[in-house]
Amino acid sequence: MALLTCKNLKLGYETGVVIDDLSFTVNNGDYLCIVGENGSGKTTLMKTLLGLHSPISGSVATGDGLRHDQIGYLPQQTVVQRDFPATVWEIVLSGCQNRCGMRPFYNKEEKRLAMKNIVRMGLGELTKRCYRELSGGQQQRVLLARALCATQQLILLDEPVSGLDPKVTADMYSLIDDINKRDGITVIMISHDMNAAVEYASHILHIGDRIFFGTTAEYIRSGIGFAGGKGGGMDA
Amino acid sequence: MPAVKGAGWMLDKLMMSLQFPFVQYALIVGVLIALCSALLGVTLVLKRFSFIGDGLSHVAFGAMAIAAVLNLSNELLLVLPVTVVCAVLLLRTGKNTKIKGDAAIAMISVGALAIGYLIMNLFSTSTNLTGDVCSTLVGSVSILTLTPAEVWLCVILSIAVMVIFVLFYNKIFAVTFDESFAKATGTKTDAYNLLIAVIIAVIIVLAMNLVGSLLISALIIFPALSAMRVFKSFKAVTICSAVLSVICALTGLMISILAETPVGSTIVAADIVAFAVFWIAGSIMNRA
Ligand SMILES: Nc1ncnc2c1ncn2[C@@H]1O[C@H](COP(=O)(O)OP(=O)(O)O)[C@@H](O)[C@H]1O
Ligand SMILES: [Mg+2]
Repeated sequence: MALLTCKNLKLGYETGVVIDDLSFTVNNGDYLCIVGENGSGKTTLMKTLLGLHSPISGSVATGDGLRHDQIGYLPQQTVVQRDFPATVWEIVLSGCQNRCGMRPFYNKEEKRLAMKNIVRMGLGELTKRCYRELSGGQQQRVLLARALCATQQLILLDEPVSGLDPKVTADMYSLIDDINKRDGITVIMISHDMNAAVEYASHILHIGDRIFFGTTAEYIRSGIGFAGGKGGGMDA
Repeated sequence: MPAVKGAGWMLDKLMMSLQFPFVQYALIVGVLIALCSALLGVTLVLKRFSFIGDGLSHVAFGAMAIAAVLNLSNELLLVLPVTVVCAVLLLRTGKNTKIKGDAAIAMISVGALAIGYLIMNLFSTSTNLTGDVCSTLVGSVSILTLTPAEVWLCVILSIAVMVIFVLFYNKIFAVTFDESFAKATGTKTDAYNLLIAVIIAVIIVLAMNLVGSLLISALIIFPALSAMRVFKSFKAVTICSAVLSVICALTGLMISILAETPVGSTIVAADIVAFAVFWIAGSIMNRA
């Protein structure tokens, strides 16, 4: 049984259908990269996988005992309320919420985990700082640290490197690779960066005019992502 | 010296008033209600739920009118369930994109206000109808007269609200800061939204006695907005908002005893002054 099985998904809003007839599976330990142009429905698909958005038709089935409280999620940079008073520490720690169940307070282990991920993201100095006063890249790293806290089996990342400088981007990719290969956590990542997708992912899902799903090797052979001759990237 | 004499007179009057059980009751109830509404106020403001508070307070007014006409011995027994049910309904429609959430709330709240007044007008046996309506809307003219049973109910409900708030503090934060993240990662956001709605309803019904249904929103919103001007963590904002609200409620109550002003509006006036002070403090801090 696969971790996630999507069958004949049709996704969209009142305004129209965005993706039609999409089927794919994600197995335990996979590293799936979702690529496609802006507006092709990548974020919509991810929200559907997370149960935040319902498909028009088709189904998303979970297997391998995957539970929602074992999933980590990095939303695409949203304008999290500009005036929200919250420190980096409060936000990252809230990623441990799904480990608590009905327990009201965080335990030592969860606090240690939050601290570990804060340091991992290079935010050690900023722990007590207010989220709304950070730069875009720093905010992105805070949300990633939070996602890492929530992750136990599967992590979904919506454009994790947008707004990060090249060095942090490279760190980020090796970190994601690390949690996939070493911790055995399944990764589903939306990316514009074709080079990184091909380098790290085990599987690629291309959505847009043509839909492709398969291993990275198959994807390179198919030449879909590289049509148009640019070779390097989609529309990044 | 007249100033000293004035201060002495004020102290005397305050001390004398404090001897009366009904003044003590009013102080206890005022502090508890101010505390509860400020605790939840932060979440309400940040979740953009404050309009629900406004709508609910009108519903509570309508229910109060019906309870008055039915001559119930304890009005809360009717008002509380009705308000809780409406809170749940409003939260549902708020999420429904087909019916415009804010329009639905405006409809319910204005409707409840009109019907409530109509019912009181048609059926009330009271000789002082305008006075009754006025005090339900903007609080009683002088210090409240509560029965011990009402005070106890209020104390028990307030403590329940505070305990629940503390126990669910981390979950409330998670749901308030980023509801879709919380939901996606397995937190039962619907259940916690429901919990928040029910608590709001309870607070509104309680606060109605103190400040009247039109002024409740002020009690909920002002301390939170003041605290947000100055503090930067959710915890600090919550604590500051609660402390500030209690101080304003006490100040307002004292002034209303001394100057014999209407309780509700005096407390709200104190909240406004505090907001002005915090607003200035925040501006200075941000510039520095
Ligand atoms: N809440 C919404 N209501 C209506 N249409 C939407 C909504 N969100 C996204 N869309 C539309 O759905 C399409 C896909 O959006 P999205 O999934 O965000 O694309 P991507 O993440 O690939 O850039 C876009 O055309 C967008 O305009
Ligand atoms: Mg997107």
